Parts: sequence; structure tokens; C-alpha cells
Amino acid sequence: MKFYIALLVMGILTQNFVLSKFLGICPFLGVSKKLNTAVGMSAAVIFVMLLATAATYPLNILLDKNGLGYLQTIVFILVIAALVQMVEIILKKYVQSLYKALGIYLPLITTNCAVLGVVILNIDNITNYASYNFGFGHAMMNSFAAGAGFMLAMVLFAGVRSRLETADVPKFLKGLPITLISAAIVSMSFLGFTGLVEGLGLLA
Amino acid sequence: MAAEKKKINYGHELTKGFLKENPVLRLVLGTCPTLATSTSVVNGVGMGIAATIVLICSNIVISALRKVIPAKARIPAYIVIIASFVTMVQMLVKAFVPALDESLGVFLPLIVVNCIILGRAEAFAGKNPVLASAVDGLGMGIGFTAALFCMGTVREILGAGTFLSGIDTMIGGSFTGFDFTGLLAKIGLAPMTIFILPAGGFFVFGILMACANKIAEGKGLKKAEHNGCEGCPMAASCAQKKAEEAKAE
Repeated sequence: MKFYIALLVMGILTQNFVLSKFLGICPFLGVSKKLNTAVGMSAAVIFVMLLATAATYPLNILLDKNGLGYLQTIVFILVIAALVQMVEIILKKYVQSLYKALGIYLPLITTNCAVLGVVILNIDNITNYASYNFGFGHAMMNSFAAGAGFMLAMVLFAGVRSRLETADVPKFLKGLPITLISAAIVSMSFLGFTGLVEGLGLLA
Repeated sequence: MAAEKKKINYGHELTKGFLKENPVLRLVLGTCPTLATSTSVVNGVGMGIAATIVLICSNIVISALRKVIPAKARIPAYIVIIASFVTMVQMLVKAFVPALDESLGVFLPLIVVNCIILGRAEAFAGKNPVLASAVDGLGMGIGFTAALFCMGTVREILGAGTFLSGIDTMIGGSFTGFDFTGLLAKIGLAPMTIFILPAGGFFVFGILMACANKIAEGKGLKKAEHNGCEGCPMAASCAQKKAEEAKAE
């Protein structure tokens, strides 16, 4: 149980996917202009991350058993692309309301490095956290935490950016440069969480 | 196709990636690996070279197959081609430069989703002949590597007080890079570690982008457009989609 909480705290705060691992920067800069699009995109990301982990984790065992571990990258990206396409079709047909909320973000998620990143990191974690018996449940938790961390960063940053719109910024910094510099400050504030997991005694 | 009859200026295709259409600083593609791997020059350039190889190879293959790949299934087809080359590069790096494999970690397989590569496939290789696509890939790859070199230089010198450290583990030899930490300590200074931390990455990237815009402005190039869809290789197809949806309504 402790390890599950540790994974959650690490994913959201101390090792935030966007602000300390640099995964998913493109949507972080692209769709964080408004709060509601930021929430919609992050919800779609969490959804796809969980699905992708559920699909790739067993698949990896199958690949390893047959000595095809080197195909990991190709198989994973294809699984993610197929999953995203399938989710889009199913939502469009059966859950119109959800499709309207998440639909436009789904095609963007195929090439979101946070999704491919989390499934690869989950596989790496099997060896990294071998002493904790990192298994399927942990992988799902890790993916959820990564997605939730992504959402937190997006929501926080949407707030920062709405203030930035009205700020008087030097001409050459206008647009993305100042956005990146404010991201640096947000990222710096997350440095404050360093040591939290160890401090709470969650991870030996 | 009209685009093919147009005469191709190879010099332009090669040099446009450097400043005018620098993939990182002007087109804002491939931001994740740029920020993550530029903690030192050697790391950044290693990443740049690996991505350049994948970019050139995938551009050549995609351009050669451009008449065979059906338009509707092109994105999955591109992804499979790119993923194959990434797997090859991954195996080569693991075998010959294990130190680089270790320091790039997850970002080596993540070249698959590097926006620059899919972006160039979509914007250039899918419409242009093989040689031009190869040159475009080389030019863009050099631009990417150059941006990573700049980021890495600033972050490594300010953040770690070294330059080119770890170069011996990449190319062999006895040269281990410059170390300014002793020199700094003499005048009572220490390297600013914040620059190799994530926060410093964002900061240096922002400043460099501002510089690139300033230089480009001085040369009379128009300001890079940022419409919120930058950094997304699907931008072209998704803008289309938006227009279609608007029409349907």
C-alpha cells in the first residue's frame, strides 16, 4: 500500500511528468491557453495512458517470452495508435457527450510522448523497483499518477498563462519565450517537493 | 504533382533548417528531447545525431514510398517506418555507445514520437522526391543538433562549470573535456546547479528562442507564428479537420 502512495506522490509532485521529466511538453505549451481545454486534454491523456498501460503491460510479457523484446518500441507505438483510433470510433458512436468533450484531443495523443513515455517507463520500472515487486497494479497506478501530474501542471499553467495574456512583456519575449520562462518558475516551485517521498517514509 | 516540377534548390533545403526554419527555435518542434537531453553538450549532440540519422533515413523511405502509401493511412504508415529506424538506431547506440544509451534513457525510444520527424514526413517527405527529402532531413537534423548544442553549452557551462565533459565516453580518446569548477572556486564561485535542473532548461530555452526571433527579425524574416498548434505534427490534418467540422456545422 505504501508503495502505491509513493508512486502517486512521485508521479504528481516530486517527479512530475511535464515539469521534471520533460514528457508531454508539446501539449503543455500548445493547449494550456484556456482552463477548459487544459482539463479536457489532460482527461483524455489520463484515459489513454491507463488504456495503453493495460494493453502494453501484458503484451510486453508476451514479447519477452518469445525473445522479441527489441520490437518493444514499434509494438507499443502501434498499440497506442490503434487504441486511440478505436477509442475515438467507440466514443463517436456510443458516448456522444464524452466524444464532444475529448474527441478533438484524441488524435493529438497518438504522438504525445507522455503516453509512449509512461508505458516504456512502466516496463523499465519492473527492473528499477524489482525489490517492491513492481507489477500490473503498480503500473496502472504509475500511469494514473503520471496523468494526474500532467493534469496538475496543465491546470496550474493555464492559470499562469491567463495572467500572462494581459501582462506587458518586452517585444522580443512575446509569445512562447515568456511562456517558457514562466514554465521555468512553475518548475522551480515544484523543486520544493524534493525529498517528500523519502521524508514521509514512503520509499526506503 | 506540381510540387515535383518545381525546381528544387538543394542549398536552400539544406540551410533553411539552421535559422529560418530551425525546427526547435522557430518551428517549436521536438521540445521534449531538447529540454531533457541538453543538460550537457555531449548528451545533446548525441541525441541530435541519433535523431538526424532517423530523420534522414525515414525521409528517404517515406519519400520513396509516397505514391504507394494511401493518403488516409499515411500517419500509421509513417509511424511504422520511423519506429523501425528508431529501433535500429537504438540497437546500434546500445551496442557501440552504451554510455549515451544510459544518459538518454527513455528519450532514445521516444525519438519515434519526436514531432520533428513526423512533422517533416508530413510537411516535406510525403510530397517531394527522394534526394530533396534526404537533404531536407539532413538540414533539419543539423538545425536540431545545433539548437541542442547551444542549449547544452549554456546549461553545462553555467550549471556544471564544465564543457564537453564525458566526451571520452562517447568517442573514445583521452580528452575528457574542460573543467572550470576549480577556476570558479578560486574566485569564490560555484556552478549554478539550477541550470541543469528542469527549471533552468525551460529558462534557457525561452531565452534562446527570444534570441533566435531577434536575429531572424534583424534578417527581415517574419516572426514565427505560434497558433497553439505548434509542436504538433498533426497540425496540418487537424486544422483540416477543424475546417471540415466548421463546414458541417
